[in-house]
Amino acid sequence: MSKPVIATTSLAGCFGCHMSILDIDERILQLIELVEFNKSPVDDIKTFTKPVDIGIIEGGCCNSENVEVLRSFRKNCKILISLGECAIMGGLPALRNGIPVEECLHEAYIGGPTVQLNKEHILPNDDELPMLLDRVYPCHEVVKIDYFLPGCPPRADLIWDALVALITGDPMKLPYEVVKFD
Amino acid sequence: MANLIKFKIDGRECMAEAGTYIVEAARQNGIFIPTLCNMKGLHPKGACRICTVRINGRLMTSCTTPVTDGIEIESESADITELRKSIIELLFVSGNHFCPSCEKSGNCELQALGYLYQMMVPRYPYDFPLKDVDASSPKIIKDQNRCILCKRCIKSIKDENGRSFFAFHSRGNHLEVVLDEELAANMTDELAELAMNNCPVGSILVKEKGFATPIGKRKFDNQPIGSEIEG
Ligand code: SF4
Ligand code: SF4
Repeated sequence: MSKPVIATTSLAGCFGCHMSILDIDERILQLIELVEFNKSPVDDIKTFTKPVDIGIIEGGCCNSENVEVLRSFRKNCKILISLGECAIMGGLPALRNGIPVEECLHEAYIGGPTVQLNKEHILPNDDELPMLLDRVYPCHEVVKIDYFLPGCPPRADLIWDALVALITGDPMKLPYEVVKFD
Repeated sequence: MANLIKFKIDGRECMAEAGTYIVEAARQNGIFIPTLCNMKGLHPKGACRICTVRINGRLMTSCTTPVTDGIEIESESADITELRKSIIELLFVSGNHFCPSCEKSGNCELQALGYLYQMMVPRYPYDFPLKDVDASSPKIIKDQNRCILCKRCIKSIKDENGRSFFAFHSRGNHLEVVLDEELAANMTDELAELAMNNCPVGSILVKEKGFATPIGKRKFDNQPIGSEIEG
């Protein structure tokens, strides 16, 4: 039997969840025995090259590119996991929710107390830049998500247990210490 | 003890003084029923419904219902647990609960109940309401993003004349618990500390006090809420 294929991505996140994946320590050797990685910052594969079994999403959707990547994950992965608070509820980027985008941009690039060099008052407007969304969206408000692993970041043991459970089909243990929202 | 009566919670034989509220009677018998608006020493009002139990087929709030002789109380059946979980989820989505950056995280009763019921994601959409943070008083920060309107502060934090430091303001969707500016100007350190501790969530914070306890050592890091009762 071929190994289950895993893909991962970081949308509007800080890569902390990915660091927590690495935090499984030497079990990473076991992991590469168990699974094969496809599109992921872990192996730097940029595009899907085959159907994927488990897609792991860090971060919510704050711009058009996040939405596009998330949709491509949904299309290419059998199972999608929202990993961490940002994917689940927007997380710290969602602190801007409720505040008009224009006001956020003004604060960041024109009016903020630490803005000094932007004398011409330019807002980022290059065509290459993705458009900001009106607010930050939890992933499950954009596509269907199958599982949720909370935490900021989720504990390495939670990630490990979830992956092992998905790969072996055994139920997850979920001890008290591993389900945390911070 | 006067007038001891017998009753059952989830089939377990219990005893308490007649007239004791079920939440308290359960506690005396080593059984934890979750509460948010209710707090030992305050008059109960059954607002948050998290302590809901079933008696004779009817759902009742156990903080406002006294035990009577021979009653059978159902507390931890699957559907009641699910109901409690849904209340927790509603509270999460109707405020702005960014636990990773919250000073109360690890010591918060709402969060601890989220852990107890293993809330992986709320079933309801997040509301992201626009709320204020009031840091104008000398001792306290009042963060409306996290207030669950439980009224514990209103009922428990008073000056020597019995005047409340906190009060309801506005109504409906705009209802808020606000701090009385004049009274707050003379709030003692002890009362500020008590207000913070009585608040089940991180809506009342003593200034310059946040993040004092490291992760791993906070109240609910290793022990579920209620374990001090269930032993
Ligand atoms: S008040 Fe409690 S639930 Fe709300 S953000 Fe703070 S720790 Fe989380
Ligand atoms: S500030 Fe805290 S104690 Fe007061 S009503 Fe809000 S949640 Fe309850």
